[in-house]
Amino acid sequence: MNVEHASARLIDGYARGGTDLAADELWALEAHLEGCRVCRDRLSDAVTAGAPAVAALTEAVWSDLEHHIATAPQAPPRRLLARLSAWTTPAMTPWLAMVLAVTLLALLLDLTGPGSGVGSGSGRVSLMLLLAPVLPVCGVAASWSRALDPAYELTSSTPRAGLQLVLRRTASVLAVVIPALLAGGWATGVTAAQWLLPCLAFTSATLALGGVIGVSRAAAVLVAAWAAVVVAPTLATSRTAVALGTDGMPVWGAVLALGVAVVIVRRGAYTTPGAHR
Amino acid sequence: MKPTVSRADLAPTAYAWQIRATGLKVRAGRKRMAVDGLDLSLGTGVHGLLGPNGAGKTTLIRALATVLRPAGGELELLGQAVGALGEHRALRRRIGYLPQEFGYYKRFTVREFVEYMAWLKEVPTADIPGAVQRAVERVGLADRADERMKALSGGMVRRAGIAQAIVNDPAVLLLDEPTVGLDPAQRLRLRELLQELGTDTCVVVSTHLVEDVAAACTDVVLFAEGRLVFQGTPGELAAAGGPEHDGDSPLERGYSALLVDPARTRGAW
Repeated sequence: MNVEHASARLIDGYARGGTDLAADELWALEAHLEGCRVCRDRLSDAVTAGAPAVAALTEAVWSDLEHHIATAPQAPPRRLLARLSAWTTPAMTPWLAMVLAVTLLALLLDLTGPGSGVGSGSGRVSLMLLLAPVLPVCGVAASWSRALDPAYELTSSTPRAGLQLVLRRTASVLAVVIPALLAGGWATGVTAAQWLLPCLAFTSATLALGGVIGVSRAAAVLVAAWAAVVVAPTLATSRTAVALGTDGMPVWGAVLALGVAVVIVRRGAYTTPGAHR
Repeated sequence: MKPTVSRADLAPTAYAWQIRATGLKVRAGRKRMAVDGLDLSLGTGVHGLLGPNGAGKTTLIRALATVLRPAGGELELLGQAVGALGEHRALRRRIGYLPQEFGYYKRFTVREFVEYMAWLKEVPTADIPGAVQRAVERVGLADRADERMKALSGGMVRRAGIAQAIVNDPAVLLLDEPTVGLDPAQRLRLRELLQELGTDTCVVVSTHLVEDVAAACTDVVLFAEGRLVFQGTPGELAAAGGPEHDGDSPLERGYSALLVDPARTRGAW
């Protein structure tokens, strides 16, 4: 692009104070100077050469400012904690710690003997397998809850509040829970497929139901349902429930798909999570 | 160097009022209609939202902050209708909100807290450190910026709250009882800040302190039982009261003159 620059006459006139320039010329020149580095440099040369009074003034202003600029606090770069808070909130930390502790406890009980697993062989019940589906749900509940998150009111008024933020926090919960369960599964010999699918299905169901009644309430409902339908009968009869066997897998897959579909369809419902209360 | 004034700042707006409510109804809790048929138009300036306890000030501010969805009527913020299900991302980026009792993470430093809020408000990542520093300086917390929130006094926490509200340079700034917990000197400083912000922003300050309104507000909105009772300048509010009304200052007398009917029929106070 061919840019037309200001003439030497205009620049020199402006450097001398602009009194001999017409108002429209002055206006056009200033508008041009704002966007043109070349002409600003020319003006600066013209000032040094032809207007010592102005040059002295700018020099004085600079030396005055330099002191302030040197002492002004510089905004430090963002720290790790601030970056991490994009994925998890401090309110979730104790819950994640609890989830890890429960996993560890279940693992210990599974390893050390007949505490939970009454009988042996196929009749033996893995406590970890029983708890795996509901462990992430507890973390997810804490991630988006009016009662547990002190900054809930502030967060819910921001543009980022919504499905994206809920998913980020869910992802961080899963990032903590799944490696722990993987390690536990490897130690006890439970295959990953057996717990991973129910685990993800429960998480997606919590989010789907959470769009209607609130995430923490949905988590409570699902944990209670899990305890009543699967955990209690299993512990009572000492046999792994059908739901956790290989026959249950298609059902869990369907629940997962349904949950994800509901979340996608109702993605707008997470913007104002308090609205349905 | 970032230009201080951009073309977007100078462009004319497509709306006459930053906040416009017609017949607005907002529910507090499940049943009670805390804002009940409110007609209100607010433009640039500092608007003092004044009213007795339980008048629905907080509910109104929460609805203006798009936290509560209107139960009826119309609400337009920056020319955009609020109420339909959906995201108000673009709108929320231009709103600053300080809740009455605002929660925060105690382990965060002031800077981390304001940074986190700037991130939530989708301030561009490259601008966050500068915007945070500016907001913290404006509320006079620059020297305490790297202290943890739990180490701050109540007044400082509130100032940190104001810093997070202004960090995204909002076009609509909603402050719910910002002067609570501030000492007299800080209160004066806040009034100055409000006046400064009010030159190009629509600032809504809810308060129950009449003197705050007299000092900092260009406009008074008197609000009782979910309805608008009076809107005008502090001078007009003072003119509404006569010597026969209760109060120690002209503004207080004006306040009691306008509110005498709804307040007295309920007894007690």
